[in-house]
Amino acid sequence: MSATEPLVGGLQPPADLLLRDVHVLDPRAGIDARHDLRVRAGRIVELAEPGTLDAESGSLDGAPDGAGQGAEELVEGAGRLRLLPAFFDPHVHLRTPGQEHKEDLETGTRAAAAGGFCAVIAMPNTDPVLDSAPLLRSLRDAAAREARVPVGFLPAITRGLAGEQLTEMAELRQEGALGFTDDGRPVHSAGMLRKALQYQRLCGGVLSLHEEDPTLSRGGAMHEGAVSAALGIGGIPTVAESTMVARDAALAGYEDGRVHFQHLSCAASVDAIAAAKAHGWRVSAEVCPHHLLLTEQDVRELDTRMKMYPPLATEADRQALIDGLRAGTIDCVATDHAPHARNEKEVPFEQAPMGSTGLETAFAALHTGLVLPGILELSLLVERMTAGAALYELPTPTVALGAPANLTLVDLDAVWVPGEHGWESRSENCCFADRRLQGRVLMTLAAGAIAHCDRALAMVGA
Amino acid sequence: MNHLISIEDLERADIERIVSQAERFAEVSDREIKTLPTLRGRMVLNLFYESSTRTRSSFELAAKRLSADVVNFAASGSSVEKGESLKDTVLTLSAHKPDAIVLRTPWAGAAELVSRWCSAAIVNAGDGKHEHPTQALLDVYTLRRRLGAIDGASIWIVGDVAHSRVARSNVLAFQRMGASVTVAGPPTLIPRGIEALGCDVRYTLDELHTADIVYALRMQHERMSEMWVPSIREYAAWYQINGRRLSPHQILMHPGPVNRGVELSGEVVDSPQAVITAQVEAGVVVRMAVLYELLAGNRESRPPARPAPAGGRPGEDTAAGTPTPEPVAGGRLA
Repeated sequence: MSATEPLVGGLQPPADLLLRDVHVLDPRAGIDARHDLRVRAGRIVELAEPGTLDAESGSLDGAPDGAGQGAEELVEGAGRLRLLPAFFDPHVHLRTPGQEHKEDLETGTRAAAAGGFCAVIAMPNTDPVLDSAPLLRSLRDAAAREARVPVGFLPAITRGLAGEQLTEMAELRQEGALGFTDDGRPVHSAGMLRKALQYQRLCGGVLSLHEEDPTLSRGGAMHEGAVSAALGIGGIPTVAESTMVARDAALAGYEDGRVHFQHLSCAASVDAIAAAKAHGWRVSAEVCPHHLLLTEQDVRELDTRMKMYPPLATEADRQALIDGLRAGTIDCVATDHAPHARNEKEVPFEQAPMGSTGLETAFAALHTGLVLPGILELSLLVERMTAGAALYELPTPTVALGAPANLTLVDLDAVWVPGEHGWESRSENCCFADRRLQGRVLMTLAAGAIAHCDRALAMVGA
Repeated sequence: MNHLISIEDLERADIERIVSQAERFAEVSDREIKTLPTLRGRMVLNLFYESSTRTRSSFELAAKRLSADVVNFAASGSSVEKGESLKDTVLTLSAHKPDAIVLRTPWAGAAELVSRWCSAAIVNAGDGKHEHPTQALLDVYTLRRRLGAIDGASIWIVGDVAHSRVARSNVLAFQRMGASVTVAGPPTLIPRGIEALGCDVRYTLDELHTADIVYALRMQHERMSEMWVPSIREYAAWYQINGRRLSPHQILMHPGPVNRGVELSGEVVDSPQAVITAQVEAGVVVRMAVLYELLAGNRESRPPARPAPAGGRPGEDTAAGTPTPEPVAGGRLA
């Protein structure tokens, strides 16, 4: 039903680029070898044996439609740099409109590009809430001007995220809504969610669900368990999430609706998703890097960067999430990039807002924490970091002739410390800050244009 | 020691040193002139974000007995109500160069945070539901005066453990001193995972007779409206320490203020087994010992003291010969 191109933004002009002797890895395309790859006018036009393609000067005009007028840029991979399909993040907070002191469309998508993402989906818990077609139109206009990588939008399911009245979902879909979410809050009323699922038959669009039973989570600031008991901080039990996942999966099954579960955090939720999928219900799920890599133990020092919803849970929960991601019970990785200003986080833990930034560190953190120790294969990580697109009925970033260049060049050996040279995001509340990570994004092409190019690349190419 | 933030940071030897110092101060308290010149010229700032008459005046008295200057700063009616953040308040008050800040807030971890923002010694006088270390120290002191040592003693902490910073500090402190601790109370008020602190958990008082020391916690009335227990009546029926439940050999403690007829019956409050008044008395000498430990006992590792009030001139702080200050953030022992 969507009448409008759902993703907007991205830079101009389209790139002309030769990536020479890079190790191309695209598990879906079955590519895992060294190649030369040429991008012309923003599309992948040649994939050849390493060292066989030569750079074209601007005067050698083989490009169609007047593209390729400048000299082609050259990147030497020396057989070492990896070229991956760029990542897709189905869950970010760009804080626009209303909270631009935390992030805006430009800084948020700059962070996305720096993290190797070629597209992101923005959440509607802005001020005002994204819940009407005029607001969606103006946001899309702004994104077309300011966004460094294409952005899709999920307007609210209920007006003002209040849980009482559906938004005008059909009109919003016509204006380019990818789906709907009340993210930041659950749709607490089962009856309200059921109406949204019924209405979905008219308008389509994935219903993306933040699962939290507020009667169970109220008063909590971290995972309920040994650490919260020791610190005297109100706990949020995992059942606050998992009972809602089970309820809403059953509702989706009953209405044959399509729902996506956001930021799973515990073993019980993975079980609920597995059961729903076994029923054949149309559900999908995402998991965040912090839930795959950190636990309640990381909250002991009450570092407010470790405060997020859902909270970091136990080691057993973390293992279940990794297993779920590997098995495909969990479909994709999402960052839940949630920027907050320094002064908002520089307060006692219980007073601090929930959320961590994640776009700039997601790949490096997962590569360091899961791939290097042999817990997850790199190819599977790449698959899960690109899988979010298809869940929202968007084309999956891929390395294929004729495809738009959505590519990420990474140096898997590069060691760096996030934050040591600042951030692209306007905010710095990253739970992986100050840790040594291995694996660094050097270049990102999004929708055919160079959206990010690391300073280190010049030296590598030289 | 640079700060007193959590009992978790203390070894048994630290606790014993503070308690022994408190015993020496207690001797002074019995003299006609109770004041010592130990902290003359030092400033203690009481920064309280929660109303607290007892703890604050206990700290104030302790500081004055040691001849320190005391400034009280209450959050209500101040810049805090105008929206100033904790950090800005602390930075602003730090301009007065307090030697110690006694801090009470409704937020866990706030004392630790503040210790990173300024160079004063921080005394945690209660951070949310996390810890209240001077209460635990004065309780250890009280028991030591009464019993000698508490190695091997069984101590039951009874009541609203979930909302009690006293419970958390005391579980740790009593265990450090060699006692075994059991927490007991309604299941809704015993936090999941509390066993990780090393204590046992009971939901009834059936085995209360096995305790050597019974430590009752205050049951706050707002817990009823929040439906943590069905009624005060039912709470008292199951968890009140009364003449029937308290065995003659047991010592009874309570951090105050007592709700007579709720967590304690009137008869046990007034019985010779109760050491509740002794606890209050201990408050002043133990807090004297804490201020002494932080401000007098370890001068060389602290940032330079303010010049003596008599000869102080602006700029003297930076004069040659002043000890080099250590970095603001570097103070706390891991």
